[in-house]
Amino acid sequence: MNLELFLLLGSGLLAIGLYGALSQQSVVMLMMGLELMFNGLIVAAAAFWYYVAPVAEGQVLIVVLMVVMAVEMAVGFAVVTAIFRARDVDMTDMAADLRE
Amino acid sequence: MLTAVLFWLFGVSAVVFGFLVFRLDSMARVTFALLASFVFVACEVLLLGLSYLGVVIVLMMVMEMVIMAVFMIMYMMNPAGLMPMAMYHNKPGAMSVSLGTFVVLATGTFLVDWPESRGSRPSDTTKALGESLMGPQMLTMMVLGLVLFATIVATVVLATHRGRYDRFGDDLRARPDDPVPGGVRR
Repeated sequence: MNLELFLLLGSGLLAIGLYGALSQQSVVMLMMGLELMFNGLIVAAAAFWYYVAPVAEGQVLIVVLMVVMAVEMAVGFAVVTAIFRARDVDMTDMAADLRE
Repeated sequence: MLTAVLFWLFGVSAVVFGFLVFRLDSMARVTFALLASFVFVACEVLLLGLSYLGVVIVLMMVMEMVIMAVFMIMYMMNPAGLMPMAMYHNKPGAMSVSLGTFVVLATGTFLVDWPESRGSRPSDTTKALGESLMGPQMLTMMVLGLVLFATIVATVVLATHRGRYDRFGDDLRARPDDPVPGGVRR
C-alpha cells in the first residue's frame, strides 16, 4: 500500500467516470459519471494527505470535494427538472442548443 | 498485511462497482452499484486514518444515492431494465478517451518523483480537521456554507413550477396572455 497504488485507484475511477460522462445519453447517467470522477479525486486527495502532506488543510480539501459533489448533484437535478418541464428534454442529445 | 489485503479488496470492488454503473440495466441496481463504489472508496479513506471523513462520505452518499434512485426512476424511460435499451452515443470514442486518460494518469503516477512526507500525522485527525475548520480555514468553511445556501436557492428557483405570477414566460417583451386583464388599463 503506497501513494502510487492509491493514485492508480483514483485514476481508474476517474477514467470510468469520464467514460460515463462522455458516452451516456441520459443526463442523470451523465451525472453519475461526474460523481464517479469526484470519487476518484477524493481517493487521490486522501492519499496525498496521508503520504505527502498530513496537514489539516489536506482534510479540508476533501471536505471541499464533498461539497462540490453535493452541489453538482443538486444543481444537476434542478437543471434536469427545469429543462424537462420546459421542453420535455431528458437526453443530452436533445439539449445540445449551444452546439448548434 | 491485513491492510494491504483490505486495500486491494476495497479498491478492486470500488472500480468493479463503478464500471457496473454503466453496464447494468435496472436503474435501481445502477444507483446501488454507484453507492457500493462510494462506500468502498470511503473504506479506503478509513484505511488512511481519516475516520471522520470516511464515515461522513458513507452517510452522505447513502442519502444522495437514495435521492438519486428516485430521480433515476422518474426520468429514465426504462427504469426497471425489463426492456434493455442502449442509451449511448459515441461509445468507442468515449472508451478511447477514458482509456487514454487512464494511461496518461497511470504513467504520470509512476514516473513522477513524489516528494517525501512533510510533518507527522496528527494522532486525532478529527480534532485536527475541526480545529482547522474553526481556525485558519474558517473562511473556507464560510464560503462553503454560502455556496450551499446559494445552491438551495438556485435549485428551488430552477425546479419549482412556474405559477400564475410567471405571466410573461421566456419572452419579457411580449404581452402576457391573461384570461382576465388586470390593472387600470393605462
